[in-house]
Amino acid sequence: MKSQIMIRVKRKRIAQLVSLGKRLDGRGPTDYREIQLEMGVVGRAEGSARVRLGKTEVMVGTKIELGEPFSDVPDQGVLTVNAELVPLASPTFEPGPPNEHSIELARVVDRGIRESKTIALEELCVEPGKKVFIVFIDVYVLNHDGNLIDASTLAALAALLNTKMSNYEVKEGEIELKPGYILLPVKNYPIAVTLAKINDNLIVDPWLEEEQVMDARITITTEKDGKICAVQKGGSGCFTTQQVLEAAKIAKEKAEELRKLLVKG
Amino acid sequence: MLNMSQKKPEKMIEDNGVRLDGRGPKDLRPIKIEVDVLSNADGSAYIEQGKNKILAAVYGPNEAHPKHLAIPDRALLRCRYHMAPFSVEERKSPAPSRREVELSKVITEALEPAVFVEYYPRTSIDTFIEVLQADGGTRCAAITVASLALADAGIPMRGLVAACAAGKVEGRLVLDLTDIEDKGGEADLPLAWMPNLNAITLLQMDGSLTTDEFEQVVNMAVEGCKQVYGLQKEALKAKYVAVKGEVEE
Amino acid sequence: MSDLPTFYERKEIVTPGDLLAEGDYLAGDNTYKEDGKIYATRVGLVEYEDRRVLVVALKAFYVPSVGDMVIGKVIEVGLGSWLIDIRAPYPALLRASDAFSRPFKPQRDDMPSIFDVGDLVIAKIIAYDRTRAPLLTIREPDLGKVERGQIYEITPTKIPRVIGRKGSMITMLKQETNCQITIGQNGVILVSSRSPKDEQLAVMAIRKIEEEAHTSGLTDRVTQMIRSEKGDVKHVPEET
Repeated sequence: MKSQIMIRVKRKRIAQLVSLGKRLDGRGPTDYREIQLEMGVVGRAEGSARVRLGKTEVMVGTKIELGEPFSDVPDQGVLTVNAELVPLASPTFEPGPPNEHSIELARVVDRGIRESKTIALEELCVEPGKKVFIVFIDVYVLNHDGNLIDASTLAALAALLNTKMSNYEVKEGEIELKPGYILLPVKNYPIAVTLAKINDNLIVDPWLEEEQVMDARITITTEKDGKICAVQKGGSGCFTTQQVLEAAKIAKEKAEELRKLLVKG
Repeated sequence: MLNMSQKKPEKMIEDNGVRLDGRGPKDLRPIKIEVDVLSNADGSAYIEQGKNKILAAVYGPNEAHPKHLAIPDRALLRCRYHMAPFSVEERKSPAPSRREVELSKVITEALEPAVFVEYYPRTSIDTFIEVLQADGGTRCAAITVASLALADAGIPMRGLVAACAAGKVEGRLVLDLTDIEDKGGEADLPLAWMPNLNAITLLQMDGSLTTDEFEQVVNMAVEGCKQVYGLQKEALKAKYVAVKGEVEE
Repeated sequence: MSDLPTFYERKEIVTPGDLLAEGDYLAGDNTYKEDGKIYATRVGLVEYEDRRVLVVALKAFYVPSVGDMVIGKVIEVGLGSWLIDIRAPYPALLRASDAFSRPFKPQRDDMPSIFDVGDLVIAKIIAYDRTRAPLLTIREPDLGKVERGQIYEITPTKIPRVIGRKGSMITMLKQETNCQITIGQNGVILVSSRSPKDEQLAVMAIRKIEEEAHTSGLTDRVTQMIRSEKGDVKHVPEET
């Protein structure tokens, strides 16, 4: 139908199935949808990736530019993440400046990368206090079918992993280009896992209709050694401590599985 | 920004007419088109033309919102042309630039003659175009792919709209200019054309051409559009032809 | 057959703007006439019927037509009427007087208790013109609220294929899948059975019809598919 309002009988059905440990698309409670990952899809970007998580599709491009550091950390490069929920991705997205959903998405993806120190910002300094590299990560949602956070974090990490810069040397505060490329040094592999709560049942990777039925969601981002580096609870429902801890346990396991898509061994 | 910066090369066209990417003066860049690529949109299409990568989606006809924009006797056709920050050499801010606003307008006006808007009063038909990678001639590729998204959405049309640019580079008249050729050349003329009605629905030019050259360039662009049109038709039929081939032994 | 020029074979796939015929023909569905020439307005299969040229569209949205049975979703409860999404460019209206069979009394009548936002309704279109919303009724047998089942949405132009010639396809589907199947002209199909597995089977079959609607020999292939699916799956009694 055209309207996004969920059909009552479907809402009941989804909730019923979930309480039986089943889902409408046949998945188990901790199963991800099929994931397709492509890297290097946009040549003009320094790095790029496209992730398809079921029908959700997200493209991420990285750009590197020279700029000024922040005054409180003069010898560090700058990381900035922006997310666009472009109107073509969903009838609910409207053109205009970022709203609370795209800003939350950007900040959660950012948190995962920043807190896990995935990019060594100290290595991106050219002239302390004056010139540093700025890494732009642009998240572009192309089709919204649920769980944008996990898809975007995965795509952002994949884009960082194939981000190339021209080889360079710093001589007296000036950049001198050398032949060839270097890869942006990536030190960690943060993976976000989102669980939705429907009537006290937790399910991993909610798709759009499950998101419309859920009362809350929780995203747990873990780094390569299993430590948790970012958490975000979303939605107007609530979690018990028990549920949060269970979610963390599930998230750590699932993150290890997803990480294998990008990192061997 | 630190990557392959595009310094203007010594020569863009060899004496024998061969261009930087190996094409002859009248050659189109290689084109790949796919229709029905997004599940949420009512219609969608994707094009790769040389290094251009552009996605278009259509939502509608739906009741026009806000209500004060609704037109009592026809549908409101809106097209939004927008570029991704990573689509160009220097990162582009996601906020719409003046260029994107102008292009949105001329693209809407290029497609409007093709759509039977009078069939759906008080509704809006929204087309969204996202440029994922740009290399010159994006407004033409955008029209080509938006026209397919409209057809894919099942919106009745008088015909498809095909678009192609032609221009003058280092004294030669050429078809389908890349970004380098546009920036370094003498003229660029994007044109959109409806083949069955023999009608031009978009025409812009910037640069310098004699009236003779102008006529030649316009004709060249129209010839380019004819080629693009053939590819558009194939793309629309592709899905059905494939299924038919598979099941009817 | 007419001896005026036509440019395609019957059932060839045509695209918007394709010149289908020239001369004294009538412009049928999904075509238009200009300067004596008939062109397609949508992607579809062209048909020449004596003096009429038409296109059976492969993909189109629903345009309300009086007399059609449709399946829609309540999106707004107003004072005295419900607004219903029937997958058309315009939402449809169901008046309270239609549901209560008498004039609406605001103090007495509780609208949401009859139909609330999110409810599925089977209704019939009793009035429509381009200046106002399509008007619905539920005052006939088999119309009203949907209490159970799954819906599947397809492009409305393929509904005739799901029904089949003289109902051959829909009859076969009901028999083979053991489901109740209600078809809305607006491209919404309701499938209901005691067994969710049977419902899934019916949905699978409808999906196949949707994908191969433009091919021949479809009824047989769908029957085959259903039977082989049933054969592979042990029929487990209904699990609550």
